[in-house]
Amino acid sequence: MNKAQPLTGAGAVSQAMRQIDPDVVAAYPITPQSPIVEGFARFVADGKVRAEMIRVESEHSALSAVVGSAFAGARTMTATSSAGLALMHEILGVASGLRAPIVMPIANRALSAPINIHCDHSDTMGAREMGWMQVYAENAQEAYENTLLSMRLAEHKDVLTPIMPCMDGFITSHGVENVVIHDDAPVKEFIGEYKFPFNLLDYKHPITVGAIELTDYLFETKRQQVEAMEQVPKVLPGIAKELAKITGNEFDVVEEYHTNDADAIVMTMSSASGTTKTVVDKLRKEGKKVGLLKLRMFRPFSYERVAKALEGAKAVAVLDRAASYGAHAPIYSDVLNALFDSSSKPKLQSYVFGIGGRDVSDFHIEAVFEKLLKGEVTGREEYINLRE
Amino acid sequence: MSEKKRKQTPAKKGWKDIAIGGIIENAPTSLVNKTGDWRAFRPVWDKEKCINCMICVAYCPDMCIPVEGDKRKETDFDYCKGCGICATVCPVKCIKMEEEGKFRE
Repeated sequence: MNKAQPLTGAGAVSQAMRQIDPDVVAAYPITPQSPIVEGFARFVADGKVRAEMIRVESEHSALSAVVGSAFAGARTMTATSSAGLALMHEILGVASGLRAPIVMPIANRALSAPINIHCDHSDTMGAREMGWMQVYAENAQEAYENTLLSMRLAEHKDVLTPIMPCMDGFITSHGVENVVIHDDAPVKEFIGEYKFPFNLLDYKHPITVGAIELTDYLFETKRQQVEAMEQVPKVLPGIAKELAKITGNEFDVVEEYHTNDADAIVMTMSSASGTTKTVVDKLRKEGKKVGLLKLRMFRPFSYERVAKALEGAKAVAVLDRAASYGAHAPIYSDVLNALFDSSSKPKLQSYVFGIGGRDVSDFHIEAVFEKLLKGEVTGREEYINLRE
Repeated sequence: MSEKKRKQTPAKKGWKDIAIGGIIENAPTSLVNKTGDWRAFRPVWDKEKCINCMICVAYCPDMCIPVEGDKRKETDFDYCKGCGICATVCPVKCIKMEEEGKFRE
């Protein structure tokens, strides 16, 4: 019986973790991630899961313990935000370099300094070169389902790469929504048995993990990581279809919302997509040809799919919830790359918004669409709801 | 590097043929890598003075001092890096460290 229940995004991800029932979870509390692991810890305490919960003294240790347990044959998870993710930075590369298929839900939060606990994407954007996959959720339902999908994708034999299913801190992690938690049995069947090909405790097949690689081998190992990301578009549709049989929602790397015939398209990620949909609905009723391109998977980035979705649009605004200091904002930069080989060359406008949890409302997005419909672009980065 | 020496270096596998993540599966690879090349000093063992106490055997970090029955044998120079620990711990000072160059042409 799949009945909607009131849950926060964090609570929904805790439920996904309960259904996955990993062997090991090591975590350190940080706002706004904490309720994810607190919720899971409650399941451990209540005997609802058989996971080993390791309390550690920092996020660096949390991810280190998770990497270690992965090579003891464990299916393993942690979760973090902001400064916690920054403190893990070194181990992010260890996890992806060693190909440990860790799933680490993220509640996105601004990075210090000055310190701020609210949402922006500067934490995960800062980790985008660390060899992890990244998927982003518009709402709590997606945060739950993306976490389930992430486990299967990370553990696929051709991928074996860690992944961050991200949701917006507070906005999604702490906001209460109606969430459908699907039945345990089919979800557990979808998640399946864990078969990591390497196990340090298998003394009959001794292995060495984490040996030094100098000029003669590191290049080859890094090439393998590039290949793993290239396998994702091949294996993802099959996994997404399987999950859709349970959820009714089929994950795709992008969601095209009224983009087909749109003259003006706003492209963004996470919770701002929900706001944008409301505006698209309103403007469509007024007969305006507008659409939303929601990016669901940021790494690997599907240049082909983005270029195709933007084909035919006259003007496109890309809304980044993180600035890139001294360069184009992250998603905008990737969109420019995507369009280089495309025959379609819409007018482009880059916006940075929502830094440190700064509100972005329907009228802000509406103003963006109105400018796009008039073909007004400034040729430089603009900012939404910033005081000049 | 001379052509002759170059040929002695085993051909390395490409990225499609090595284990992922730099994981080493075909243990024990420590036997494949002959680390004795690194040696700058060689332990010269005086068999006559040796009392076969085995302290050097226990201390050798590369486990390259072989033992047969209750007798210590000559150091395995394929792996001895010349660290000199054996000479330092020997209670009867029957091991002396000498420059490796003297033993090579």
